[in-house]
Amino acid sequence: MTAVLTAGRLLGAGHPDLRGHDTAHGPLPRLPHDVLIGVVRDAGLTGHGGAGFPTHVKLAAVRGHAGGRRPPVVVGNGAEGEPGSAKDRTLLARAPHLVLDGLQLAAAAVGAAKAHLYVRPASAGPLARAVRERRAAGRDPVPVVVHQAQEAFLSGEESAVVSVLSGGRAVPRDKLRRVTESGVGGAPTLVQNVETLAQLALVARHGADWFRRSRTFLATVTGPVGRPGVYEVPHGVALTALLAAAGGPVAAPRAVLVGGFHGAWVPAAAVDVPMSREGLAPYGASPGAGVVIPLAAGECGLARTARIVGYLAGAGAKQCGPCLNGLPRLAATMAALARMEGDPSLPAGVARLAALVRGRGACGHPDGTVRLIRSAMTVFADDVTAHLHGSCLDGARP
Amino acid sequence: MTRLHVDWTACQGRGHCTELLPELLAPDEWGYPRSTDDTKEPAVPVALLPHARRAVRHCPRLALHLVGP
Ligand code: SF4
Ligand code: SF4
Repeated sequence: MTAVLTAGRLLGAGHPDLRGHDTAHGPLPRLPHDVLIGVVRDAGLTGHGGAGFPTHVKLAAVRGHAGGRRPPVVVGNGAEGEPGSAKDRTLLARAPHLVLDGLQLAAAAVGAAKAHLYVRPASAGPLARAVRERRAAGRDPVPVVVHQAQEAFLSGEESAVVSVLSGGRAVPRDKLRRVTESGVGGAPTLVQNVETLAQLALVARHGADWFRRSRTFLATVTGPVGRPGVYEVPHGVALTALLAAAGGPVAAPRAVLVGGFHGAWVPAAAVDVPMSREGLAPYGASPGAGVVIPLAAGECGLARTARIVGYLAGAGAKQCGPCLNGLPRLAATMAALARMEGDPSLPAGVARLAALVRGRGACGHPDGTVRLIRSAMTVFADDVTAHLHGSCLDGARP
Repeated sequence: MTRLHVDWTACQGRGHCTELLPELLAPDEWGYPRSTDDTKEPAVPVALLPHARRAVRHCPRLALHLVGP
């Protein structure tokens, strides 16, 4: 996969070594914590790990617990378990110091005494070198430890990250106690995606107004496009423009999957939709972690969705009853529909099982899976009808 | 309003809770509690609070929790 740079500041001005980074970005301002959190709020920064949660709310929540027995902990999350995504490892390779700047800013904002980076094995070595480079330069007031994440779909789930860093298994935990209150080793914990941290380093340097004007994000475009890769594009860029930047779809796709395997299909008629929460909301989609996958020409959207749901059913942490039992059933039902088993009760079965698993797990995995399935049943509604009559609009044979 | 929270990582289904609190919980096809109003954390009416507390106490997995005021 090749990363292609744009005029943006995340990758465009990225330099792997500290000297190059300093030349490109200049010194990191030190702002009082309340000022920094206010700037982040005014900038409108939201998380780039998938959920899109407002960053200032999380910062303030952890800061609010800073006076307790255990000083807060910050975690930069680069686990990037989504199979289609490569933007976090690309960012860590090209601009590690922007991420490490952001980690220090976040630590200062919440009053943390310790910082962790949780990244894929291939990113860990270079990142540890960057951390040493900064330590030697006397850069980082808060010590940073680099950890290797497991390569699994759910490895980056916030509470699973906290569980691993607390010495436990890499599985999500119940959300009754939020990690912002009790996370790593019981300390109030801020888990923030590594791109969000890099964005934070830009917000602190250039201010909220600059950010609102010049904001970019990282997207991974995969599948049948001319140049699959990681692209830095303006916030709210049209989906068509993003696809064009990636060399364009090989053939006009019937739909584009936006937001990865927990995302939603955007129909062909709407591909000029802006890549923003508001723009994508009518399709039940959101930019998520920026993964964009067009359907290949002649590929059946139902068959593709069924394969993804099969993957997701196997990717669960297998600890919550409804998810553990329901997702394999959903996958089997979607597969039967994809195989054109003309059983007219299949769509109702999908709807019933989707309602049965939604909201009934410790993490967002059932809900993300349901989001994908519901969008497929809507966007490929004609295909559903055709399949029930034993034919496929894309010419596929059962 | 007090709500009922299920810790799905702990719950093992086939529960006493659906018997002790049928107004709020019904077993799904695998025996796991499903809120009768289909919300994630069903609100517990004041009249049902004693029953809800009993269900919480009797959960062998300590998976049921009352949350909120
Ligand atoms: S909801 Fe599913 S994926 Fe999430 S923790 Fe429970 S079993 Fe694991
Ligand atoms: S009693 Fe506890 S373990 Fe049993 S079904 Fe109810 S919540 Fe689950």
